[in-house]
Amino acid sequence: MDFSSLSPVAMIVLLIGAATPILLAALGELVVEKSGVLNLGVEGMMIIGAVTGFIVATTTGSPILGLVGAAVGGAVVSMLFAFLTQYLLSNHVATGLALTLFGLGLASLMGSSYNGIKPPRMARLEVDGLSDLPIVGKLLFSHDPVIYFSVALVVAVWYFLNRTRAGLVLRACGENHDAAHSLGYNVQLIRFGAIMFGGACAGLGGAYVSLVRVPQWTEGMTAGVGWIALAIVVFASWKPWRVILGAYLFGGITILQLSLQALGISISGAYLSMTPYIVTIVVLVIMSADRKRASLNAPACLGRSFHASH
Amino acid sequence: MKFTKTMAAAAALGFALAGSANADQDPFKVGFIYVGPVGDLGWTYQHDQGRLAIEAEFGDAVETTYVESVPEGADAERVMSQMARSGVDMIFSTSFGYMDPTINVAENFPDVLFEHATGYKRADNVSTYSARFYEGRNVIGLIAGRMTKTNKIGYIASFPIPEVVRGINAAYLAAKAVNPDVEFKIVWAYTWFDPGKEADAANALIEQGVDVIMQHTDSPAALTIAEEKGIYAFGQASDMLQFGPNARLTSIIDDWDPYYIERVRAAMDGTWESTDTWDGIGAGMVGIGAFNDAIPAEVQAEAQAAIDAIAAGELHPFTGPINKQDGTPWLAEGEVADDATLAGMDFYVEGIDAELPN
Repeated sequence: MDFSSLSPVAMIVLLIGAATPILLAALGELVVEKSGVLNLGVEGMMIIGAVTGFIVATTTGSPILGLVGAAVGGAVVSMLFAFLTQYLLSNHVATGLALTLFGLGLASLMGSSYNGIKPPRMARLEVDGLSDLPIVGKLLFSHDPVIYFSVALVVAVWYFLNRTRAGLVLRACGENHDAAHSLGYNVQLIRFGAIMFGGACAGLGGAYVSLVRVPQWTEGMTAGVGWIALAIVVFASWKPWRVILGAYLFGGITILQLSLQALGISISGAYLSMTPYIVTIVVLVIMSADRKRASLNAPACLGRSFHASH
Repeated sequence: MKFTKTMAAAAALGFALAGSANADQDPFKVGFIYVGPVGDLGWTYQHDQGRLAIEAEFGDAVETTYVESVPEGADAERVMSQMARSGVDMIFSTSFGYMDPTINVAENFPDVLFEHATGYKRADNVSTYSARFYEGRNVIGLIAGRMTKTNKIGYIASFPIPEVVRGINAAYLAAKAVNPDVEFKIVWAYTWFDPGKEADAANALIEQGVDVIMQHTDSPAALTIAEEKGIYAFGQASDMLQFGPNARLTSIIDDWDPYYIERVRAAMDGTWESTDTWDGIGAGMVGIGAFNDAIPAEVQAEAQAAIDAIAAGELHPFTGPINKQDGTPWLAEGEVADDATLAGMDFYVEGIDAELPN
């Protein structure tokens, strides 16, 4: 078998493209869960982002405005979830699932007249001289802006959660909302903000699919990425740098199996398609084997509604 | 009205139909279940066009309903049972993976008529129908073989079922006949509809030097990527011209309208019988889209001649001599494949350098 035609550089570039929507959505969900809220509506917010981003980008002709629109769109639908769970105290799991169903329906309604339209293309950020370097140029200096943004966001989220006072307060809401409340913090408002951040990130991830990865609008085009993002957050045990690891690992296996097949390696594609999910499950099993450590990582108040009357 | 999620749709359906079950002037009710969203502009979109054709043909005498994005398997059984229970007279189940669920539900509801697409299991109240897509794939295989410069053709396949394997073989035979150096690179996506993954598969194939892509998945993602990368691809199930005006060489179009209208009419007349229908280019169930101007005139003429010959029944895509991949003879000189072998095709023909997953 001729492996020489399998270019690792090209594969890594593809891998990053496949991983970025997962990374963005998972990062947003991580912040949401750190504040003690479990939002299973990631898929719904992503598809809303995909369609609003697409609509804004094709209307204005600017992919950057499209991304902004996607973030706003994702944040707006997430407010619905935030209002229901934070002020009407509805169940997080049920509301999140409803948000996914609602988002998928609303997105196909909104996008029904945008089928078959070509969105404006996002320019790659090319740096004179650097982008032309062999290997390194393609690996590091010729991606689209969203990819750099997503990596920067990992650092920013890590810094925010671990090195700032605001991050500490947000984590306090997730670990013990009663304590945070008794210290005078507005738990509902903080969680509301976190949910909106999660919605914006998911929307951005969705728009990355509809504007960059596939460039088209098709109903249901996120095809389950939101659920993978949810799994990645647990996989990452709520640590930002592990989210990027998980997302790239997942994207990497997906691309590797497609590339190996294109090369003509006769490994059964069925097993290869399963691999990312199997790896996720195995990691989850390994992590949860040590119960003490697993429970240390998960926010203690995850998924519990907060009511300030007692 | 647009129902998007299966649960909501099934519930709403039950509600809507229960109310009118005892009305005197009962319209004939036809239900559809779809594997993808109606807006996929491919496989499901074309089935829905058939549903709309029924409505246009019969007007108020029929009432149609559909549930989209129904996963193959247990969920399909639930959705169809719900439909049958709420008074639907006839159900079109439009994906291969609905086969066993359809048979199971049909057993429980002997008064409801079922039409299952692309399957092979029938019952007194279950008919099957499919189109000879391999005829269309034979034509586009010919075009691909003529158009490729790198002699590498990419094929994005969904699941290793006879329908898909048959398409690969039909396309390969035609491509090989006009271009002996041609090589097929096949990627199994293990999904019917996942635009992101289909796009990734297209990119992975392009990395391997492929300059013409065929697909047996439902979304226009691969065509979009082909347009962007400046290579060629084909419309699948639907014309898809708008997704790649330069890249799209032609398309295989599924036209279910005449069949759907005929079957609903038979059911309303009481002349409906369980049958197996397998029509192709000749009967109009498989259409070939307009040719891209990038195809040289002589190749267009060659392709058109193939279309005409297939339609007239003079050319069968599987005409011997053809060996199986392992070199064992399959069809002798001049021999034509029988439908039973085609329907259960589980082998590649000689020359395809890949292993068929099982």
